[in-house]
Amino acid sequence: MSREYEIVVGLEVHVELATKSKIFCGCSTAFGAEPNTQTCPVCLGMPGTLPVLNQQALEYAIRAGLALNCTINKYSKFDRKQYFYPDLPKGYQISQHDLPLCEHGYVEIDTPEGPRRIGIRRIHLEEDAGKNIHAGDNIASAQASYIDLNRCGVPLIEIVTEPDIRSPEEARAFLEKLRSILIYAGVSEAKLQEGQMRADVNVSVRPKGSTALGTRTELKNLGSFRSVVRAIEYEARRQWEALQRGEEIVQETRAFDEERGITLSLRSKEEAHDYRYFPEPDLPPIVLTDAEIERIRAQLPELPDARKRRYMEAYGLSAYDAGVIVRDKAVADFFEAAVAAYGKGAEGAKTVANWVINELARILNEKNAELAQTPLTPDHLVGMLKLVDAGTISGKIAKDVFAEMVETGKSAEEIVKEKGLVQLTDEAALAEIALQVIEANPKAVEDWKKGKATAAQFLVGQMMKATRGRANPQLANKVIRAKLAEVTGVTNE
Amino acid sequence: MAISRAEVEHIARLARLGLSEEEMEALTEQLGRILAHMEVLRQVDTRDVPPTYHVLPLQNVLRTDTVQESLSQEAALRNAPQAEAGAFKVPKITEG
Ligand SMILES: [Zn+2]
Repeated sequence: MSREYEIVVGLEVHVELATKSKIFCGCSTAFGAEPNTQTCPVCLGMPGTLPVLNQQALEYAIRAGLALNCTINKYSKFDRKQYFYPDLPKGYQISQHDLPLCEHGYVEIDTPEGPRRIGIRRIHLEEDAGKNIHAGDNIASAQASYIDLNRCGVPLIEIVTEPDIRSPEEARAFLEKLRSILIYAGVSEAKLQEGQMRADVNVSVRPKGSTALGTRTELKNLGSFRSVVRAIEYEARRQWEALQRGEEIVQETRAFDEERGITLSLRSKEEAHDYRYFPEPDLPPIVLTDAEIERIRAQLPELPDARKRRYMEAYGLSAYDAGVIVRDKAVADFFEAAVAAYGKGAEGAKTVANWVINELARILNEKNAELAQTPLTPDHLVGMLKLVDAGTISGKIAKDVFAEMVETGKSAEEIVKEKGLVQLTDEAALAEIALQVIEANPKAVEDWKKGKATAAQFLVGQMMKATRGRANPQLANKVIRAKLAEVTGVTNE
Repeated sequence: MAISRAEVEHIARLARLGLSEEEMEALTEQLGRILAHMEVLRQVDTRDVPPTYHVLPLQNVLRTDTVQESLSQEAALRNAPQAEAGAFKVPKITEG
């Protein structure tokens, strides 16, 4: 057997739709309520109740399908997927089995080898299950589980990919792109920390060059992209090592243990997968016309790839810069609002892009925060840029002001006033500082005398230091050269 | 087409039905008769008949996305065999 192997991954991604009410009843979908305060006879699975499909959930699912380049099936229906689990009071989940709403789509991802399409096999609508909650520590060791059914009946789309993913990095790139598209399309907020996007991962390995599919295992319910990457890395290696030892891979469901970074067999009995689907008699089929599908297509918001192209064309941004900005819709919206408010066309857009890509991204990364979690608005950035343009603050000071704005939400003007950061443009004051710097650095003065023009740059640096960055660099340069000429009688260009 | 006793046991287990020996025997016989009748139906030529996914002459029954009042926590838990701290209390979930 070859020493080299290839990873084959397919994903099943569950995404909560952004409806106000549940998929088949009027209970709220709001997150974080007291347990079991958002239920009714329908979502509790009481006998004799009748589910009615949420029109908005249907529309969001169609919109998601269109955003992911799918064909929308004009006839689709619901089925009962039957299994027993305490978070599913009816004993079955209403899902779509053989006639899903959307099929045959794709997502284009960037890889080191260039763009690649990951096929979407299908997208179907279904209801979420409840949650197993862990009450206080004193009960955690007890022989019981505690169920909150607030989430039961929240609308989900399940997005099933083809086994087109070839590495953990591609899985991450796919999930990030998918999340971005769904947020742009406005169908989900896809908040990972609230469990609004969760992935099941099917992993198999095969010798490099082979086209046959190996036996796969399924890793269930991964709630972060990092877990997906780690779980695939571990599971692929485990499978390959087992194959090298001549063992067979058992098709099974495995759990990923976050803490230990390993996957464990759940030893599910085969019966657990015998779902005995049958058509849901309580929900009539969904029949769509071309006109309805086209109406929803026409209302699709601009998606990240289109926005990236627009930024490149309208503002002359590089593909890389535009790509970084559009990745997060909130950041792209911020960028666009700031460009509009700054009002300096493509030049202004490049300045704004630099701040967004460098300073903003760096600070958010350091804080491990999202833009929405900071008080920063486009007006903050524009106000600061205007102070730079007017020469009130230097570009160097601007970075400190920017960080402060992100932290406190104060305007650039306020911060500059409070901290006395106004740029020193008073020539007499700068001349005073130039003299002090000249006295303190005799070596540089000697260099200047010998004709070394670079000595002036060094001394400008000293002036910046002495003024904590507040000196206007051009003016400081002019003043120090004049003073050096005056003191030494030598001029250098 | 007959159904085997093992298949009936399997289905009963999936449906969490605890059946007595007599019930198991009766159901094996009855299910076998139902399946045999399906064999009769299969003889009908359905090549030009579209599949019946749903028996009612209805489609696109939808509701608008408006939030309605839910049950109180107390009401939701009223029929629970066991409840604690606002939650349904169930035997410990060991898997997944
Ligand atoms: Zn409900």
